[in-house]
Amino acid sequence: VNGGAFGVMLFHSTNWAIRAERVAVRAGLQVRLIPTPRHLSSDCGTALRFLWEDREALIELLEERDVGFQKATPL
Amino acid sequence: MEHNSVMRPLRKLESQGVDVSVVPCSAQGLLDPADVERTIRPDTQLIVLNHASNVTGTLLPVREVGRIARAHRSLFLVDAAQTAGCFPIDVEADFIDLLGFTGHKALLGPMGTGGLYVGPRVPVERLSSLKEGGTGSRSEFELQPEFLPDKYEGGTLNAVGLAGLQAGVRFVLDQGVGRIREHEVQLASQLIAGLRTLERVRVYGPRDAKQQTATLAFNIEGVEASEVGLRLDEEAGIMCRPGLHCAPSAHKTIGTFPDGTVRFALSYFSTPQEVERAVEAVRAITLGGRA
Repeated sequence: VNGGAFGVMLFHSTNWAIRAERVAVRAGLQVRLIPTPRHLSSDCGTALRFLWEDREALIELLEERDVGFQKATPL
Repeated sequence: MEHNSVMRPLRKLESQGVDVSVVPCSAQGLLDPADVERTIRPDTQLIVLNHASNVTGTLLPVREVGRIARAHRSLFLVDAAQTAGCFPIDVEADFIDLLGFTGHKALLGPMGTGGLYVGPRVPVERLSSLKEGGTGSRSEFELQPEFLPDKYEGGTLNAVGLAGLQAGVRFVLDQGVGRIREHEVQLASQLIAGLRTLERVRVYGPRDAKQQTATLAFNIEGVEASEVGLRLDEEAGIMCRPGLHCAPSAHKTIGTFPDGTVRFALSYFSTPQEVERAVEAVRAITLGGRA
């Protein structure tokens, strides 16, 4: 959609994806829940799209708030 | 063509020693009842069938399979998640002994509601309770009542949700299932015809509104289903569900595992204008533009 500018955070459970969205929005980060891109995972659940420049801040935030995630990759 | 809501309980029973035979369908998701009959063993106790696929919308031959089940003295369980409220169901004419339905689809009720019809041929003394709990009856005894429906209704019911389901059912009955079905057939015909005019679009299932519900699966060649779903949402405000739809076996049958498909699900409340808009949005994506 906007080559390279976005990253995607993958989760084991949709519960965690929704929780991550809430935590990130409250911290003022621009994120959006999207269908997990097929080329990133065969799991067809929900993933969190974020601005790649926010990657470190997002990971730090989720670790701090104990929100379990699988990995963050470029979209 | 089964959903995980059927396959997962069956696989769990299998792990506990119950033999499970799976009857395959054609690539359109069509089931030949003769294949079911060939699979029956002398000790077959239950035949389970999805009334319609949640992926392609394909209607399965409930009455024919029900007749076979009855002839072989097997019980017949139908998963009506996709049809209750939008397609006629007759448990007697279709030889249905057990009918599972959800409230949150075409019956227009809240999530977390649903039910199981238990017919007169079901030996309830052999059908154990799902869970035990208070029933407001026989309170002086610490054993779960054996009579129905209390045996299967331990614990406090979701009365608020069920009241919502009742309102939905009343609306459906007031409108008439036949009228709802007619509206959905018209919309599904329009959607199928529209998508089939597009190059690089592949529509799965029977591609005949009369042989399916108003649920339809498709893919755009060269574009991941997840991306199509996201773009329809962000660029056109159209909601769909991409992926495997909790039905890996159905996707294996139609040849779309593990990539999945995009799924449109129309309802009684969808309009011809919305269908036209959806087809236009898909066309725009195939042409490389914004949806």
